[in-house]
Parts: sequence; C-alpha cells; structure tokens
Amino acid sequence: MPDNPAAWLLTVARRHALDIQRRRATARRKAPLIAEDEAVTPDWPTRDADIPDERLALMTLCCHPALAPEARVALTLRLVGGLTTREIARMFFVQETAMAARLTRAKHKIAAARIPFELPDATVLHERLSGVKTVVYLIFTEGYAPTSGASLMRGALCEEAIRLGRVLSQAAPDDGEARALLALMLLHHARRDARTDAAGHVVLLRDQDRTLWRGEEIEEGRRLLAGVAGEGPYALQARIAAAHLMAQTDWSGIAALYARLERLTPSPAVRLNRAIAVAEAQGAAAGLALLDGLDAPTGGSMGLPAARAEFLVRLGRDREALAQYDAAIAASGVTPERTFLEARRAEAAARSRG
Amino acid sequence: MKYALLIYDDEKTWAGMSEAEQGAVFAEHGRLGEALAARNAHVAGEQLGPTATATTVRTSNGESVLTDGPFAELKEHLTGFYLIEADSLDEAVAYAKMLSGTVEVRPCIDH
Repeated sequence: MPDNPAAWLLTVARRHALDIQRRRATARRKAPLIAEDEAVTPDWPTRDADIPDERLALMTLCCHPALAPEARVALTLRLVGGLTTREIARMFFVQETAMAARLTRAKHKIAAARIPFELPDATVLHERLSGVKTVVYLIFTEGYAPTSGASLMRGALCEEAIRLGRVLSQAAPDDGEARALLALMLLHHARRDARTDAAGHVVLLRDQDRTLWRGEEIEEGRRLLAGVAGEGPYALQARIAAAHLMAQTDWSGIAALYARLERLTPSPAVRLNRAIAVAEAQGAAAGLALLDGLDAPTGGSMGLPAARAEFLVRLGRDREALAQYDAAIAASGVTPERTFLEARRAEAAARSRG
Repeated sequence: MKYALLIYDDEKTWAGMSEAEQGAVFAEHGRLGEALAARNAHVAGEQLGPTATATTVRTSNGESVLTDGPFAELKEHLTGFYLIEADSLDEAVAYAKMLSGTVEVRPCIDH
C-alpha cells in the first residue's frame, strides 16, 4: 500500500473538474439520436490537408465555440485525428450509433449555420486557438484520468491527444502555450508504465520505478518547455509536472507555481492541488486551512474529501477523517481508487479505536 | 445567406431602466444599424411590443385556438429581431456581439 497519499492525490485531483464536465455531457446525451449520414455534407474537408494553415483552419472549425463541447472533441478526433466513428465511440464507451449521431448533429450545424472553414483573422485567432487547446487537453485528461471504468488510464486517448498537440504546435509555431501543452502531455504520459502495478493498482509518483519512465519523452517535454517564455496556464502546469519529475521534490516551488496558476485560472481543482503542495511544504495544517470554505458540489468528486481526510490523519485527527473518507469513497467511480481509499479508511478507523 | 438575430430580454429590465440607460441601449442599436448599413447587410429589424400585447394562435386541422400572451411563459422573451445578410456564422456572431444581453443567431432557410 502506498504511504504517501499526497503524491497520489495529486495525480487524481484534477478529476474534480472532469466530473462536472462529465455530468454536463451526460445530460446532453439524452438528446434524440439521428443516424450518421455522410450525404449531409458531401464536400466535407478531409485531413489530407498538410498545409499548416489548412490544418489550423480545420482544428479551429472542429473546436468552434458554436458547437457543443463534446461535439468538438468528437469532431477533432474524427477530422483532425482521422479516427473512425467506431474508434471514437469505443474510446468514450458510448454506442457507435450515439457517437455517429453526435458527429452528424455537429456536421449538420456547421453546414446549416455556415460555420466557416477558414483560418480566423488575427483578432479572433488567439481566442480560437485557446479553444483548440482546451479540446486537445480534454482528450488527454479523459485518457489520463478516466472518469469511469476499472482502468486508471486509457493510453490510446493520451497518444491521440499528443499527436493532435504536435499538429497544433507545428501549425501554430508562434504559440508558446501550444508548445507548453505538448510538453505538459509528454511529461505526464512518459510515466504511463510506472503509474500502475501488475495488478492495476495505483503506484505513487515517489514509489514509481523510474527506469520505466520514458526518458526520451521527458527530455522532449523539458526541451519544449525550455523554449516557452510565457506564464500561461499550460506553461505553469507543465513546469509543475516537470518539477514533480525531479529526484528531490521542491514542494515550496510547486506551491508557488500553483499560487500563480490559481491567480490565472481560479478553480476548486487548482486550490486543491495548491493545498496539497502547501501541506507538503509547510505541514498539513496549512494545507487544511487552504481548503476552508471550499465545498464539494453535490455528487462531486472524491478529491476534496480525500485530501481533507489525509490532512486530518496527518494531524492525528483520525476520527474526524472517517467521515471525509466515507464521502470520498462514495464519490469515487474508479475501482483502484476506491480500493485505496477503503484501505486508508480502515487504517484510520483502527487507529481511532486504539 | 440570411441570419435572424433574435434578441431575448426580461421585459422588466427594460421597464426598470433610467432614460440614460435606455439611451445607451439605443446607441448600441444605432452602431449595429450603421455597421449593417455600411455593408448593405440590413434586411429588416423591429422592436417588438410588450408580451402583454401578444396573442398566440395555435391552428390544427383547420381549428384555431387563440391564447392571450406569448408562446411560452419565460423569464426572458423575444423583444426584437434583425434579419441580416452575412457570409458565415462568424460574421453574423460579430454583429450579434455588438448588442449587450442575449441574442440567438439563427440561419434562415433559403427556398
């Protein structure tokens, strides 16, 4: 059983945000189904577009803000990634007919509302590229920290997201955040073989067998990041990921990066991660204090109660931790994660009886 | 291609505005009107009377039923519209963004 819950929590805390996205997506899935009909848009652009501007135009089209977020993901994988409808459906555990309907609705809207297939002008390009990055990272995180199922990782989605990240970063070479996003994904994905043991259980970062890390991918990620001057959200996250790969973890430095990230993109998930880093740097009491006033949304994720539970355990407040573990277990949708939490709860319960 | 810009608003908001605030809204419409005129993109546009003056007519099998009031009782109602000419959704959205508040952009079907 891993003995450093903080590192492990760090790897799962981002699920907090994903859970909300998943619930919204599920609500939308209840829309009526229409079978995919390629005849709707006969002159559909294909991905033989090797010209960077063409590719960028295709990506911005697929990620157009007038399309539903889950349609942007599906369209990007279909048209930029070149995946089949069946492959995309399998990746997201939905019926092929449902995925086909989602794609058809999106294509129909593009054709009927005349969403343009052209590179947006400079005034809106920046904003559109930001939307493209969101979609690529959403695909990656769904693979890295799946919101359901027994497996902790769905590698195919991660690899596809990295491929898309390369396309984007080549097509928009002046966009530092695009390069930072690619670096971020490489740095996370390089540890894929070490994140779970043979039985599929979580292995904490600090317990991971570093010989299983992909050195060349980490190098590429670091190299990309070194060329990024800006302090955008992806640059900050990539620097945090890079800091975690150092032999000695600089928790104060990581906490400072999270504080900058929180100023840029405040959210409960970022606050949670920051609290975990602060707990490592300054002690559990400081981490717990940062979570004050943060409320888990009803039916929310396990990240917040799990972090509170671990902080309380470290402060010797085992009895108070039990209720937080219960909340975390109830919210956990992935089997290895739940097993881990149940074991932690049993330990705390035994201590509070003794 | 034609697009309808459908303006939705809470009627109470408008009624509760000062003259200066209403003036600011009219100014937005003035700027939109100029932008449309400059590109010869204005087809039609009207401010609608309050929903209290609306009548909804439902006809099926030759039988008509009239009800007092708008089609749906919502907090926000259709309060006005523009019919414009634009080459793409992006262009239509750019016009819609010139108005504060909520605007539904709908492409029209060409017959």
